[in-house]
Amino acid sequence: MTPIIATDAAAHCADWRLQIEPLNVQEETAIAAEITHYPQPQAATIEALKIVQQQQGWVSDGKIKAIAQRLQMSPDEVDSVATFYNKIYRQPVGSTVISLCDSVSCWIMGYQGLAQALTQELNIALGETTADGAVTILPTPCLGACDHAPVAMVGDQRAHKLTPASLIELARLAQEQEQSL
Amino acid sequence: MNHGQSSSQAVTLPLSQHIKADGSVTSLAEYQANYGYQGLAKALSMSPSEVVDWVKNANLRGRGGAGFSAGLKWSFVPPLEKLPGQRYVICNADEMEPGTFKDRWLMEHDPHQLIEGLAIAAYAVQADTAFIFLRADYDLCAERLQNAIDEALAAGLLGEQLNEAGFSLTMLMHTSAGRYICGEETALINSLEGKRANPRFKPPFPQVSGLFGRPTVVNNAETLCNLPHILYHGIDWFADLGLGDDNGTKIYGVSGRVNNPGCWELPIGTTVADIIALAGGMQEGVQLRGFLPGGGSTDFLTRDHLGLAMDYGTIQAAGSRMGTGTMILLDDQTCVVGMVLNLIQFFAQESCGWCTPCRNGLPFIRQILTDLEAGLGEHADLEQLLQLCGYIGIGNTFCALAPGAAEPLQSALKYFRDDFVAHIEQGCCPHGNSPQVDMDLEKEARPI
Repeated sequence: MTPIIATDAAAHCADWRLQIEPLNVQEETAIAAEITHYPQPQAATIEALKIVQQQQGWVSDGKIKAIAQRLQMSPDEVDSVATFYNKIYRQPVGSTVISLCDSVSCWIMGYQGLAQALTQELNIALGETTADGAVTILPTPCLGACDHAPVAMVGDQRAHKLTPASLIELARLAQEQEQSL
Repeated sequence: MNHGQSSSQAVTLPLSQHIKADGSVTSLAEYQANYGYQGLAKALSMSPSEVVDWVKNANLRGRGGAGFSAGLKWSFVPPLEKLPGQRYVICNADEMEPGTFKDRWLMEHDPHQLIEGLAIAAYAVQADTAFIFLRADYDLCAERLQNAIDEALAAGLLGEQLNEAGFSLTMLMHTSAGRYICGEETALINSLEGKRANPRFKPPFPQVSGLFGRPTVVNNAETLCNLPHILYHGIDWFADLGLGDDNGTKIYGVSGRVNNPGCWELPIGTTVADIIALAGGMQEGVQLRGFLPGGGSTDFLTRDHLGLAMDYGTIQAAGSRMGTGTMILLDDQTCVVGMVLNLIQFFAQESCGWCTPCRNGLPFIRQILTDLEAGLGEHADLEQLLQLCGYIGIGNTFCALAPGAAEPLQSALKYFRDDFVAHIEQGCCPHGNSPQVDMDLEKEARPI
């Protein structure tokens, strides 16, 4: 309709022509093991995406293509699965992802205050990553820990009964960790 | 058939008997010290159809929310003679209903109980492969369940040749990549096949054609956790546990502004008031106004309903659903319009986008509620919201997601209409919420 959209679409198509990023040995081994659980390799798509993400931090177009090749699918098929699920990142994220629960029990118990405090402290919006690459903040649906609300996942650790101060402290620790690497 | 064992009188809260206050996991030795895996041993000594009948007669109703008889569900799987070949059982542990945390509690503390229950279900329908479909973010559950599967396998409780008839069972974990719709059983099956989790048309039902086109049974985690005890203690024991029409116990939960949020195993049919009392009552300075009885997709009830028994029939007769049995409390300091907006935002975001009423209807409702919460609503909006609840209701959609989303909204309009009107007449949220800020913050946050 407008030139802007046309240009974006062209850029998107160009992306698909990028070199494939081959799976590394660890990815290949782990994906091969998952494939044995199912009668058809395509069933391991979600596992494959998670394995790559664990290695790379996110799933690039090149890796989508590599997974597609390994599972005998088209890249678009793999991408349609990748973009469906909340926990597959199709953009780079920070070393620590803070998944802040925004569902009803946490909302009642103070989610909005937490989101405001954390975004102000880190000077980024929800969905963004700090300039040092340490922290990404993502709002996330119910984490199933409503008895400890408000909660967040900080990396793979669940943090309970958060206050703005305790959440900011966790974010600071993540940033310090990044600097010490 | 012997339907009861005299030794079992003392056990009244079977599902939580191994759960320790310090949050540590029950080991295989601890689990086996107290009749662990003996329910499975008993099942393996019976014929599969006897196990199906046993559970059918126990009238174990699905604890995921729908309340359908588990034994009856199994009985729809065609007999092996009529339809030979591969079949599957799947544990639905994709617990993502807002306000629900009961399955996590069971799996984190006592993983062997779930594994034993899943093995019993697999034997009953003659499945040699069982999957645990675990939601994303349940990292501790994933670790503890996998350890427990490995322990059981090493102890010969899973694997090859489990009884004289040669029953074998492989148990596999699948951790989801996160989407609420995966909890719908046909969407879950698509997800397990590595696809987008769109629900499937029924019929055929999964019991006939499910995972990879093979007969498949999907049971909720809490439902499965009941099986070892029903097999071991018997049907009469199970029937005596419930207080009303339903049998057994239920894991009830309470979240919101209470002193002691949590979950507890109680006889099914315990009253709402008794459950809230266990949560230590409301925090100082806040009053209870209403509650969602069983997760975010159930209709509000009010203080008038506190004396009701939390069972399937009673809560349904009051115009709501027991759902998952984990209540979310609405207090007088919380804006009901904001709370419903939060729920609708969740359902709009988690819609799989397959059918129009859900894909388009929920964002439409979200916009109206956003305007109302910001004080920009009109009286006509309330009628429009009710109309939209009808459009996205049962019969108009492919699955139960959108009809579930309508439940808290339609009941909020029924019981708390004055709150909506106050937003319109005062031109702002009386609780001082400004959802515009919230929504702007979130607008660009999702696409990753």
